[in-house]
Amino acid sequence: MAGAAALTAVVVLSACGAKTDAEGGSSDAAAKADTSGDTVKVGLLNSLSGTMAISEVTVRDSLKLAIDEINASGGVLGKKVKPISEDGASDWPTFAEKANKLIKEDRVTATFGCWTSASRKAVKPVFEKNKSLLFYPVQYEGLEESPYIFYTGATTNQQIVPALDYLKSQGKKSIYLVGSDYVFPRTANKIIKAYAKANGMKVLGEDYAPLGSTEFSTIANKVKAAKADAVFNTLNGDSNVAFFKEYKSAGLTAKSMPVVSVSIAEEEVKSIGSQYLAGQLTAWNYYQTTAGEANTKFVKAYKAKYGQDKPTSDPMEAAYTSVYLWKAMVEKAKSFDPEKVKAASDGITFDAPEGEVTVDGASQHIYKTARIGKIGTDGLIEQVWDSGKAIKPDPYLKGYDWASGLS
Amino acid sequence: MTVILGQTFTGISIGAVLLLIALGLSLTFGQMNVINMAHGEFIMAGAYTTYVLQKSISSAGLSLLVALPVAFLVAGALGALLEWVLIRRLYLRPLDTLLVTWGVSLMLQQAARDIFGAPNVQTRAPDLLTGNITVIGGDDPLTFANSRLFILGLAIAAVVALSLTLRLTPLGRRIRGVVQNRDLAEVSGISTSRVDRTAFFIGSGLAGVAGVALTLVGPIGPTMGTNIIIDAFLVIVVGGIGQLKGTVIVAFVLGVLQSVLEYSTTVSVAKVLVLVAIVAFLQWRPQGLYTLRTRSLV
Repeated sequence: MAGAAALTAVVVLSACGAKTDAEGGSSDAAAKADTSGDTVKVGLLNSLSGTMAISEVTVRDSLKLAIDEINASGGVLGKKVKPISEDGASDWPTFAEKANKLIKEDRVTATFGCWTSASRKAVKPVFEKNKSLLFYPVQYEGLEESPYIFYTGATTNQQIVPALDYLKSQGKKSIYLVGSDYVFPRTANKIIKAYAKANGMKVLGEDYAPLGSTEFSTIANKVKAAKADAVFNTLNGDSNVAFFKEYKSAGLTAKSMPVVSVSIAEEEVKSIGSQYLAGQLTAWNYYQTTAGEANTKFVKAYKAKYGQDKPTSDPMEAAYTSVYLWKAMVEKAKSFDPEKVKAASDGITFDAPEGEVTVDGASQHIYKTARIGKIGTDGLIEQVWDSGKAIKPDPYLKGYDWASGLS
Repeated sequence: MTVILGQTFTGISIGAVLLLIALGLSLTFGQMNVINMAHGEFIMAGAYTTYVLQKSISSAGLSLLVALPVAFLVAGALGALLEWVLIRRLYLRPLDTLLVTWGVSLMLQQAARDIFGAPNVQTRAPDLLTGNITVIGGDDPLTFANSRLFILGLAIAAVVALSLTLRLTPLGRRIRGVVQNRDLAEVSGISTSRVDRTAFFIGSGLAGVAGVALTLVGPIGPTMGTNIIIDAFLVIVVGGIGQLKGTVIVAFVLGVLQSVLEYSTTVSVAKVLVLVAIVAFLQWRPQGLYTLRTRSLV
């Protein structure tokens, strides 16, 4: 999902890299965040239009909820937080442009948002050049660290690797890989293959479909003929609908050959239909059903504000958490200055809806508990396994011997 | 062996989907020469019709059956409206038609987004159609998906119905007359503008029927039309403009070709190879499989 960027993004990226350089270079004396007065501004940078709007609007809503709550309880360092929302329009150069605007014109103290890896990579140089902070809330393919980005979604060792551990513990000895044809699934599958090799699992096949592809009968036939113990699914968007319809038509079930998906959260279950998904597995760090008082409160507040039929999902939770983490960092630093906030970040904890999370100052990722869930007939996801404790983020998979040949 | 049979069936079922989405276009583009970029959105309208009907008719099977004629009427009415408001003013200006209908397609997509929301919606398929039948049992069973069989049957029924209409009914004779020689048809007392609108109604209505079928295999969302319109045009162009026969043959050939290549390579490579094959074929026969020169239209 992170990196739901399409091939075009790769092309666009090189172009916009040059663009942001030109824009950023002119005023390296970085417009300083404006923290005078009794309000402090933060930027919300999400796609409110275009193909990614479906997902990113929910993240924006969740960020606003957190800001409202913080303001209701007195703000940050005695100042009210004023969100400035900008539309990235599902277009990566636009993200860079709006990031520039938020930092230089609005003089925000921090920015929250981005979804696809392509948009994150597009704004990364802008935040680095202006020494301003970005909080990024979506699971992604890892292999990245930026001094000015805090990653509050999972990196690979907090989502994909635990999912494989789970399959192994269930006695699954062979898997089949199905993914969309772009950077995130291909990177993820490279990691999965390395893991499988080291753990005596067999990868029986690997198939990619172009983003947006909706013809899956052949892939379903291939998967069926391979007789794998399980399928690892990194498909994105619409393709999932067609894939699961075909999967069921081919007579494959969650019992005979379970599918583990990493891009299907509560919102996606709604659009695919639980008729096709019931019993299948997902890997995330948070579900709407996750136990705990913090989550009960979060779900209740979200539904009260945006509607009873609106589900909460992992990226929304990570976004909500990121605002509270920023608040805690600022309060510990007693300053809005990005350098001081960064210095104060290590060890910050927050009782998040997913459970307690801790910031790892070195990588600027957070410790997260991995969770495997089973999709129910009611469209909600019930947890069937968790990692027991929050896993230390390891974006470059340095702690795993089998991963030494990667990247 | 079961793999070969299974893939052949898959190819035929892909062909059936292609045929359904291209059939209406073979009438509006193939016979009337109107490049209607909004054809994909008429398919979308058919799919959303199924969704709306399912909200009021709880039985999945019944709502699907009711959706077939209703979607035909809804999409057909949209098509007739489009013809009446815009296309009839542009009959001799194909490039303008292309731009105008493309604009209409964007408007229809946005309308769907405003009415039904940007996320995809789901319909329930009747239980009968989510299963499959076992053709050859045993350790390595050969199964045919029921939904695919249904679509195949629907495609065949639609082709037969359209072909009989064009060949045997007075309306069909008038359509063929107008296509062959508009002026002569007009001086013979045929109201060509009425024939145009009726033909457009039928062509767009068939798109609606295709939309109902697609709810069984794919996503239902505002952009579903754009994903399939290219395939539909490919089938028509390769089949030969104005040729129902060509459309039918090419849809199935492309379907089988796609499924065989997908099985032996990957989906992406198969798509490339199919396009290469189409380009090579059109180099050899730019006019498509069957030419317009024949006297018979069916």
